Amino acid sequence: MGAMHAPIPDTSIFDLRLSRRGRRLNKMCAALCSPTERAAFKHDAEAFMARFSLTEAEKNLIRKRDFKGLIEAGMNIYAMLKIGSATGNSLYRMGAQMRGESYEEFLKTRSISGAV
Amino acid sequence: MGRIVAGIGLSHVPSVGPAFDRGRQQDPAWKPLFDAYVPVREWLAKLAPDVAIVVYNDHVAEFTFDQYPTFALGAAERYAIADEGFGTRPLPEVPGDAEFSIHLCEQLIGQEFDLTVCQEMGVEHGFLVPMNLCFPHTVDREGKARWPVKSVPLQVNVIQHPLPTARRCFKLGQALRQAVESFPGDRRVVVLGTGGMSHQLQGRRFGFMNEKFDQWFLDQLEADPDALTGLSHHKIMEEAGAEAVELIMWLTMRGALSPKAKRVHRHYYAPMTTGMGLITFEE
Repeated sequence: MGAMHAPIPDTSIFDLRLSRRGRRLNKMCAALCSPTERAAFKHDAEAFMARFSLTEAEKNLIRKRDFKGLIEAGMNIYAMLKIGSATGNSLYRMGAQMRGESYEEFLKTRSISGAV
Repeated sequence: MGRIVAGIGLSHVPSVGPAFDRGRQQDPAWKPLFDAYVPVREWLAKLAPDVAIVVYNDHVAEFTFDQYPTFALGAAERYAIADEGFGTRPLPEVPGDAEFSIHLCEQLIGQEFDLTVCQEMGVEHGFLVPMNLCFPHTVDREGKARWPVKSVPLQVNVIQHPLPTARRCFKLGQALRQAVESFPGDRRVVVLGTGGMSHQLQGRRFGFMNEKFDQWFLDQLEADPDALTGLSHHKIMEEAGAEAVELIMWLTMRGALSPKAKRVHRHYYAPMTTGMGLITFEE
């Protein structure tokens, strides 16, 4: 949490302190905006993560698909959409995990769940 | 001279892109959203604008946190479709209006808005979804694709705090109006303010929405936009979700209109995780 904003419960505010913490993670995700890099990630995720100098703790969050943990580690939500896509996790699947629910449970909380 | 003929506030939810590309406009879940834009497009056709200035934010596609501009204005003849990490959407390049853009850069920087000027800039869903809804491209018999207007993308940092204030965004709109009106050539201009409305995409509060706040924001945008310029980012995030702070970009659109601009359309639909708002104004 940065100095500028009072905390909001259950909410991450992506400020420069968090962005700095998540530098390696966000750089890696930004690279996934290229088909070649997406193929490289899918071919060998370990080598890909090593190339972006992720720490062991960061690599573990990716290996475990721990999206809540990645946000806390400074990954920006829009960067996370790219790693989500590369690992077959849609925004709503990641969101359900962050809420502590199954995907099906989450969908039941929506008014029109067909608009995905 | 240049003239602003209309302003539109609208959400730029990414899932609208694939729904548009796959022709799902009549699917029951999407129909209420797409139907709301039918009268808007008819109205726009009558207004016959030449240029759309689109106030939007990039989502780590074209701009990364290595260098992240607070305000960035496109000054190119064309804008490529950016790959956001899911593959490039099947859309034609977007035509720009470099001469008009250069004039806007000169005028805005002259008015002390120190923008980043982009002579090459890919555009993604923040820009493209509003264009798909308001100014969809057409393809003729020979397969030649065409957008009905030229565009000027105006990118705002609404994702990495510190963000520009709501008031600063409104003042940018006022400066934009002066810049447009001082253009020596003829241009009919529509300004699109995009993003929001209420949504939060991370943390345990993922999926949070607040229709009451959204309706209040739409009311105020019409009746008393000055009051909205006093909103803090914190207040918007607390009331409407962290990602709802994108709404400050609607104030740039409103600032570019005269106080007596008349509201024409208004719509709201919140099927999944974002309050999708639409409001139009005519000069």
